[in-house]
Amino acid sequence: MRDFYGTPTIWMIIVALGIGTFVLRYSFLGLLGNRPLPAWALRYLRYTAVAVLPALVAPLVIWPQATGGQTDPARLIAAGVTVLAGLITRNTLAAILGGLAALYLGLWLIG
Amino acid sequence: MTDRPALSRAFWRGTRQGLPFLIVVVPFGVLFGVAGTEAGFNFWEVMGFSVLVIAGASQFTAVQLMADHTPAVLVLATSLAVNLRMAMYSASLTPHLGAAPAWKKALVAYFMIDQSFALADADYARRPEQSVAEKLAFYAGACLPTCPTWYVGTMAGVFLGKSIPPAFALDFAVPVTFLAMIAPSLRSVPHLVAAGTSVIGALVFAPLPAGTGVLAAAALAMVAGARTEIWLARRAAA
Repeated sequence: MRDFYGTPTIWMIIVALGIGTFVLRYSFLGLLGNRPLPAWALRYLRYTAVAVLPALVAPLVIWPQATGGQTDPARLIAAGVTVLAGLITRNTLAAILGGLAALYLGLWLIG
Repeated sequence: MTDRPALSRAFWRGTRQGLPFLIVVVPFGVLFGVAGTEAGFNFWEVMGFSVLVIAGASQFTAVQLMADHTPAVLVLATSLAVNLRMAMYSASLTPHLGAAPAWKKALVAYFMIDQSFALADADYARRPEQSVAEKLAFYAGACLPTCPTWYVGTMAGVFLGKSIPPAFALDFAVPVTFLAMIAPSLRSVPHLVAAGTSVIGALVFAPLPAGTGVLAAAALAMVAGARTEIWLARRAAA
């Protein structure tokens, strides 16, 4: 990773992400004032997190790097338990703990 | 002019309500410190993410995409897309805090995370009679247990990261964290449709160059979620 980007690019990404995130946070509060967001924009914004994060996760779950891309039952089960625990408890930390518990149990049982 | 006891009451009410989030923010910060170190970032870079960006999901996104050698422009586009919801938070807080001086609004913006926003939004709705100063005091109080602890958690994760053996399968901590963040929000049909589209899209587009598949899948998923919402509303109205 380090050799691919080099230190200046790494810092460029960190700083640019920091500035961009700040602009999003400051946008209405400081720049756009009290103008309401149009309904269509709100409708799309509602789904940003749930649109981006599963796309990042899906390949990592199906083709884990640690197994050289070989689908791994322990990791599949752990992913399923995480989602279930999150759906039932509505609690992110409970879902993380449930998922990790399932992962370690799975790795220990299946190997 | 300023009512000191009222300000201090608002501040401590915010702190009290923010305290339970310690059990989310600290472990999540530790996990980011571990994930960043695992990906090859040094101490200052990992801390740079947590101090300059201070937005967990997008930090994990950037680290994951960079571990896959995604071009810098796509790393930024995808990570910022994760933070688009902040613009929505900013719009919701404007009627309450818009009258504050610019430097205070800049601080509010910097410390705007899911937890501080959710607490402030709920408190302002419950106590609409508060002055802007009281609302700011509440916000500052709510940030105290939820924001600096993010830096501390990250730092602890960096030092822990090097001492955790491979048997702990830390490669999978990132997927588990992401899934745990999404799962509680899969409460409506449009959210489920968006998440499903996102997963299928990412798998179908996997052969595309690093990062582009994720962005394409995310764009499709956003449209799918919004369209489903419109369709359901129309059906309910008919």
